[in-house]
Amino acid sequence: MGKIEIFDFKKKTLRQINQYLQNIDYKKNLREYVIKNPNGNHAICAGLKEDIKVSIKGHVGYYCGGMNKNANIIIEGNAGTGLGENMMSGTIHVKGNVSQSAGASAHGGNIIIDGNASSRCGISLKGADLIVRGSIGHMSAFMAQSGTLLVCGNAGEALGDSIYETIIYLAGKPKSLGIDCEEKKITNKDLKKIEELLIIGNIKNIKPNKFKKYGSAKKLYNFKIDNISDY
Amino acid sequence: MIKKKKNITKPRQSWTFDEYTNSEIRRAANTGIYDIRGGGSKRKLPHFDDLLFLGASISRYPLEGYREKCSTNVTLGTRFSKKPLQLQIPITIAGMSFGALSGPAKEALGRGATIAGTSTTTGDGGMTKEERVHSKNLIYQVLPSRYGMNPDDLRKADAIEVVIGQGAKPGGGGMLLGQKISDRVAKMRTLPKGIDQRSPSRHPDWTGPDDLAIKITELREITEWKVPIFVKIAGARPYYDTALAVKAGADCVVLDGMQGGTAATQEVFIENVGQPTLACIRPAVDALQELNVHRDVQLIISGGIRNGADVSKALALGADAVSIGSAAMIAIGDNDPKWEKDYNKLGSKAGAYDDWHEGNDPAGISTQDPKLIKRLDPIKAGKKLSNYLKVMTLEAQTIARACGKNNLHNLEPEDLCALTVEAAAMARVPLAGTNWIPGIDKY
Repeated sequence: MGKIEIFDFKKKTLRQINQYLQNIDYKKNLREYVIKNPNGNHAICAGLKEDIKVSIKGHVGYYCGGMNKNANIIIEGNAGTGLGENMMSGTIHVKGNVSQSAGASAHGGNIIIDGNASSRCGISLKGADLIVRGSIGHMSAFMAQSGTLLVCGNAGEALGDSIYETIIYLAGKPKSLGIDCEEKKITNKDLKKIEELLIIGNIKNIKPNKFKKYGSAKKLYNFKIDNISDY
Repeated sequence: MIKKKKNITKPRQSWTFDEYTNSEIRRAANTGIYDIRGGGSKRKLPHFDDLLFLGASISRYPLEGYREKCSTNVTLGTRFSKKPLQLQIPITIAGMSFGALSGPAKEALGRGATIAGTSTTTGDGGMTKEERVHSKNLIYQVLPSRYGMNPDDLRKADAIEVVIGQGAKPGGGGMLLGQKISDRVAKMRTLPKGIDQRSPSRHPDWTGPDDLAIKITELREITEWKVPIFVKIAGARPYYDTALAVKAGADCVVLDGMQGGTAATQEVFIENVGQPTLACIRPAVDALQELNVHRDVQLIISGGIRNGADVSKALALGADAVSIGSAAMIAIGDNDPKWEKDYNKLGSKAGAYDDWHEGNDPAGISTQDPKLIKRLDPIKAGKKLSNYLKVMTLEAQTIARACGKNNLHNLEPEDLCALTVEAAAMARVPLAGTNWIPGIDKY
């Protein structure tokens, strides 16, 4: 086991910690870091670039791991709004619950949430895979463009409203589907994808065939006046 | 049969139901869809034309027009950023998206801005190589859609602009219709080719000024506090929005009045939502002054800026710089009469063409059609833009010298009077020939 460098918010500022993690000194050959006493600070680990592991021991505020590339960020607590927003690659694993807009516009990588996620989870998603062990709030996957949202629990109102190419796998029930979102037939390819995501999320208590698939009905892909009541 | 009528008055068109209105009613009845177009408000609005400079006199003496120095440079982003934007002229190029505009058009804007010593701005759809390579100073917009957004481009930017609104459509999102979605545009925006791409009206990960402050902190953290962060607002509630942008931590506020253009939105939106640029400046300056940050948080005004007179009037009212979009497009060839026949085929004419969303722009600017794109030479177009920017600057200097100012930023409201009561009230300068400022003074 290699050496682990520890940062403590009681001793260092957000800028000092992010500055270090955004500009890793390879000569030290350190790949593993721990952040203590995050105390809900915002933008922790925003803009990381390298393949490093960062364990955050506590709750984080807004935009933790925002625009992350390559890094593996583990949050041993709850996370605020915009977790992993616009993430490009890497992994963010939250062991608690997450506030609204988790994974907003995330382009790549995986976001794993052990608890529940609030409203607008996966909003305008652009290619990342989101795995939620619990339930998600209303307007999740709103205008989601690409990538996958897998949810083991239930979903709030208007799931997948105005969704584009993102695929939703939901084990529980949606309170309602959003405009232009419909249930789709699940295929063997889907089951394989679900199985992969469950393995990534280390979720063993639910089988792939328990999930239903939702995606775009594509009726709103091009404007038609006859659909005016949907707008 | 209808017989010829005698003893008639001259036919009179209704002011309310004029020719344009009637044609729009017929169009709506025939198509069942609202009219979408590009550009800004076309109605006659109180504008900079309604203001005049007083010039020098016995009580003010002028600078010599061709010899004495009149500085034009401006620094944007001095509040928090490590590397503020240093511009030679106070005229920047507004955000216009790749997708709405062709790649060569974006290149031309970058080339022209760079030659003239100013900045250009990305737009919805991300940063293209063309504009980064050819723009010495490039501002990267963070928009609600986040199309093409990535941290690498964010770090390549010389400034960041968080877009809250556009003057043409305060509170509205955007729409890039399917016919303009080429393979490249589709890939940059992570959407299939040929479908309508909606740009939302709200950001996906924040709502309200408190969230915006945290969002700005995140952007500063990602860019290591190096580059300035602008906040662009529409001319909706300029006093409050400017104050809230300052509170949220903006380095600069970009304020876009309703004459500011858009790539595409509903005609009814463009003409009926928002305030004229002239009406927005003083409330924004009030907010900056009350917060004691006027000149520390720079104010950039856009929406209908056309010449050096407009530039100097905006600066006299308290702006630090202006931004041009529609005028820059015209400078590089948009609506050029040399394409008159093609405009006619599209049911329009040079000077009036605004169906930019359809992708058939004869000038090869607001299109992704490979044949039309070739009509625009980005090098020649860039040179035209730089010429135009230089002329605007010379014009502004001419006026400033005549007012006795050795720096464009020394122009002040006291240098102005207004031709109309409305303009006097909005700009808070006296009506010409009087000491009356409506809303301020008793008459």
